[in-house]
Amino acid sequence: MPAALAATGLQKRYGSAEALVGADLRVEEGQLLGLLGPNGAGKSTLVKIACGLVRPSAGGIEVLGVPAGSIEARRGIGYLAELFRFPGWLSADELLTLHQRLAGSDGAEAERAELLALVGLADARAVKVEAMSKGMQQRLGIAQALVGSPRLLLLDEPTSALDPVGRRIVRDLLQELRSRGVAVLLNSHLLSEVELVCDRVAIMLDGRIVEQGAPAELSRPRGVEIETASGTQVYEGAGRDDVPRIVAEQVHAGGQVYGVRVLSSTLEDTYLEAVSGG
Amino acid sequence: MRVVAAYALQESLRRRVFTVVLILTAVFLALYGWGASLAFDEVTTFSGEGEQGNPVDAEVVTGSTIFGLAMFSTLFLGAVLAVFLTLSAVRGDAERGLLQPLVVRPVGRTQMLAGRFVAAAGVCAAYVGAVYVVAMLITGAVGGWWPDRVLEPGLALASAVVVIAAIALLGSIFLSATANGIGVFMVFGAGLAAGLLGQIGEALSSNRLEDIAEVTAWLLPFEALYQSGLDALTADARGFTDFAVQLGPFGGADEGGPLLWVWAAVYVGLIGLAARAGFARRDL
Repeated sequence: MPAALAATGLQKRYGSAEALVGADLRVEEGQLLGLLGPNGAGKSTLVKIACGLVRPSAGGIEVLGVPAGSIEARRGIGYLAELFRFPGWLSADELLTLHQRLAGSDGAEAERAELLALVGLADARAVKVEAMSKGMQQRLGIAQALVGSPRLLLLDEPTSALDPVGRRIVRDLLQELRSRGVAVLLNSHLLSEVELVCDRVAIMLDGRIVEQGAPAELSRPRGVEIETASGTQVYEGAGRDDVPRIVAEQVHAGGQVYGVRVLSSTLEDTYLEAVSGG
Repeated sequence: MRVVAAYALQESLRRRVFTVVLILTAVFLALYGWGASLAFDEVTTFSGEGEQGNPVDAEVVTGSTIFGLAMFSTLFLGAVLAVFLTLSAVRGDAERGLLQPLVVRPVGRTQMLAGRFVAAAGVCAAYVGAVYVVAMLITGAVGGWWPDRVLEPGLALASAVVVIAAIALLGSIFLSATANGIGVFMVFGAGLAAGLLGQIGEALSSNRLEDIAEVTAWLLPFEALYQSGLDALTADARGFTDFAVQLGPFGGADEGGPLLWVWAAVYVGLIGLAARAGFARRDL
C-alpha cells in the first residue's frame, strides 16, 4: 500500500537560498504526523511541494502513490495554507460550493452542512467571509480543506488564529479524521497540541528532518529521582527499568526511600535540543 | 474551466472598479450627449447647411470626429477595466493568499488561467460593445449621423480591449499588482503615442516616423485595431469631406484589413502560450 505522502531527498532552492536540502518524510495512510521546526526550517515549502504549489529543485515526492502536483494527486488532498484569504463577498456556503465544484465533489448540500457543523460554523452558513472573525475564517478554511473527502490533509498552522475553544474543536476534528482513516500532515508551532493528537512527530531544521518518531519515543529518559531521609538524589541517565536496582541499593546501604520519580524529557525538551543542536 | 470562469466573472462584476467604471461611463455618456448636441448645432450654423456648392459634408465631419473621440474614451475606459480586472490575477492574488486554495484543486493551471481570461475578456468586450452602441445611438439621435460601417468599429474596439486584457494577464504572472498595472498602462500609452507619431509623420511626410508607428501598431495590435475601427467609421467618405475628416482624430486611422484580425487572434494565442508556460513554472 503506498504511503499517503513519501518525500525522498527533497530539495528546493530559491535563488541562492536553500529551503530544503534533502528532506525525507513519510506519512502513512490514516496517520497523523506533526511537523515541527523553527521559522524558516522548510516546513511550509515541503507542504507546498506536496500540494503542487511549488516545484522541487531535486528529489522526489509522491502523494497517494502518484507524483505530487499531478491532477490525480490533487484529487486526493485537502490543504489549508498558513496565509490564506477567501473572497470576502462569498458566504460560507457559497465558498464551500465553489470548492465542491472545483474538487468535483458530489456531496451537495449535505456535505456542506456536515463540514460546517464539524468546524462549529453550522449557524454561519449564510455569513459572508468579510463579516467573519479571523478564527471563524480559519475554521472555514479547515472545512474548505475537507471538501471532497480527501485522503490526505495538509494543514499549515491551522490553529494559529484560534482561541482555546477553537483549538479544541480542531483537535477533536483531527482525532475524528484519524478514526476515518484520513492521513494528516500537521504543521504547527504548538508542541503541546502536536503531542496531544499526533501519532508521529518529525522535527525539521535547516531544510532537513533531524528527528522523527512517536511522541513517546522522542521523550527520552532523563534520570531517576530518589527522595531519601538525607535529601533528593538524581541518577542521571537511568530509566524506569533501573528503579528496582536503585531502590535496592539505597535500602541495602541503610537508607530510607520516601519516593521515586522517573524523569523523562518532554517533546519540548527534545525539540529545543534538536533545534539548538544540543 | 467553466467553474473558474463563472467564479472570475462573478468576482469581476463585484469589484469596486467595475462600479467606478460604470459611474464614469454614465457621466461620460451624459456629457457626450450634451457635447455632441452642441457640436452639431454649432457646426451646422457655421457651415451654412443647405447652401449649394459646399464641398464639405459638415454632418459627416462633425459626427465622425466626435464619435471618433467617443471611441477613444471607450477604449480608454475599456483598458482601465481590462487592466484592473486582471492586474493581480496570479502573483497579486498569490501574495494575498487568494490563489493557493484554488490552485491545489484538481483543475489544471492552464484551465485556471483560461477561465480568468475568458471572464475578464468577456466583461471588457461586453462593456466596450455596450458603450460603443450607446454612443452611436446618441450620435445618431442628436446629429442624425451614423458610421459607414456599424459592426466593424465596435468589434475592433472590443478586440482591442481583449488584447489589453491578455497583456495584463500575462504581466500578472511575473509582476506584482502595482507594477503590472503601471507597466500595462505604459504599454497602452506607448501604443497610443505611436499612433500620434504616425499622424505627425504623415503631416511632415516623414517615412521613418510612419514606419515606427506602423511597426508599433503591429507589435501592440490593440492600437492597430483601434485605428482600423476609426477608419471604418468613414470608410465611404470621399473628396474634401475625407480630407477634412483626416485632419481630426482620423489622421492615424488605417484600415488593417483581414490580416490584422488574423494577427490579433494569433497574438492573443501567443500571449496565452507565454502565460501558460510562465504560470506552469511559477512557485506559489
